[in-house]
Amino acid sequence: MSYNWDWGIFFQLSPDGTHTYLQLLLFGACWTLATALLAWVIALVIGSVIGVIRTSPVPWLVRLGNAYVEFFRNIPLLVQMFLWYFVLPEVVPEAIGDWLKQLNNASFYNAVICLGLYTSARVAEQVKAGILSLRSGQRLAGLAMGFTLPQTYRYILLPMAFRIILPPLSSEFLNIIKNSSVALTIGLIELTAAARSMQEFSFHVFEAFTGATVIYIIINIIVVNGMRWLERRVAVPGFIGMGEPAAAH
Amino acid sequence: MFSNIDWDVIIRSLPYLFFDGMRFTIMLTLMATAGGIVIGTLLALARLSNIAGLSQVAGAYVNLIRSMPLVLVIFWFYFLVPYIGQWLTGAERPIQVGAFLSALVTFTLFEAAYFCEIMRAGIQSISRGQVQAAQALGMTYPQQMMEVVLPQAFRNMVPVLLTQTIVLFQDTSLVYVISVTDFLGAASKIAQRDGRLVEMYLFAAVVYFVISLAASHAVHRLQHRIAIIR
Repeated sequence: MSYNWDWGIFFQLSPDGTHTYLQLLLFGACWTLATALLAWVIALVIGSVIGVIRTSPVPWLVRLGNAYVEFFRNIPLLVQMFLWYFVLPEVVPEAIGDWLKQLNNASFYNAVICLGLYTSARVAEQVKAGILSLRSGQRLAGLAMGFTLPQTYRYILLPMAFRIILPPLSSEFLNIIKNSSVALTIGLIELTAAARSMQEFSFHVFEAFTGATVIYIIINIIVVNGMRWLERRVAVPGFIGMGEPAAAH
Repeated sequence: MFSNIDWDVIIRSLPYLFFDGMRFTIMLTLMATAGGIVIGTLLALARLSNIAGLSQVAGAYVNLIRSMPLVLVIFWFYFLVPYIGQWLTGAERPIQVGAFLSALVTFTLFEAAYFCEIMRAGIQSISRGQVQAAQALGMTYPQQMMEVVLPQAFRNMVPVLLTQTIVLFQDTSLVYVISVTDFLGAASKIAQRDGRLVEMYLFAAVVYFVISLAASHAVHRLQHRIAIIR
């Protein structure tokens, strides 16, 4: 291959004059993690609520939940990013639109909200599946004991359902980290964007992408191991499959 | 708010959006799915094989691809494919490949990792007795796979494979990052040329939504129809 490899490039000064290219990538990684973590909070909270109402006995709530999930699952993430970033400020009243456009770090907030809601639909699917995988006797027993329906969810159904769906939730968490790279299209300098700009300034394409790839792999390994630890930590003794380490991804 | 919306821009650009943009998107989706399933199945067989080195290499590839974001993989291949072309043909300089070929290679190899995991689950869902019965009948390994295991594994996994294809259909919009004119790329070009971001992006969202929703409902119906009663 006619390509000049130079791994020393990581320690050379980037065009901003104060940081090396390696630091540039690490800043990117920080933005990736910040975006993913904040979005994950939104996704978990809203996803749980939507997942729960989809298993509720109220028909219009179920339909509302289903519509929510279909909406966010059937539009590509990139298009959703554009809707939040380019379209929303134009279709809200002008004062709000102007405020949105002048916001500092607008692309970061947009990315967090967009990614959070996008992932919440996926979390809702998992939560629903988790609740439905429990025997109906659990719900009936709770109600028979005199728990109200919300109490039945809070103390009986959800604690088991969340333990069951921990492995798929951890792959959703890995997905949210990877999906945060889509935010580069609205100008967020996260890890992939940092690698891209390193490539543009230094002309060392493959070193830049290798650097980003290695950082993604390290993040992945940390998350997978952290989730395995969490699974063992919260396992309820006596249930099949609990306490077994999750399959590697 | 919605005061100076010009829906007419959509009508005027329909031929460009669908004949240029959507055709690219559909072609890319179908060809990458076909290629991805073939390579993914081979990877799954490699991962499940007893040949130590082979299963490790396949496993490493699948895990590597699955831990990277698609956007980064698109960039990787966008710059790597010319060098691969040079290496394959023995040319003196990196070979310029078209946007479609570059995107096709990227998505085929990327999706292969995901299809591999689906097919692996499918193959593992076939009971051990089937393979043993095939061996007892004197079938060779290729015969066991082609005649007994893969047809059933494939049938079991059709709904999952199709769902993954819908995901792929949505993911192809990410070729935007290398300025390729797929459906979203076409919409985005008109949007920027005419200053009609609101109309074009809303329309693109509606089109993706309708196609994906219809496709996932069709998969759902198919799932009920082909389910094997055990």
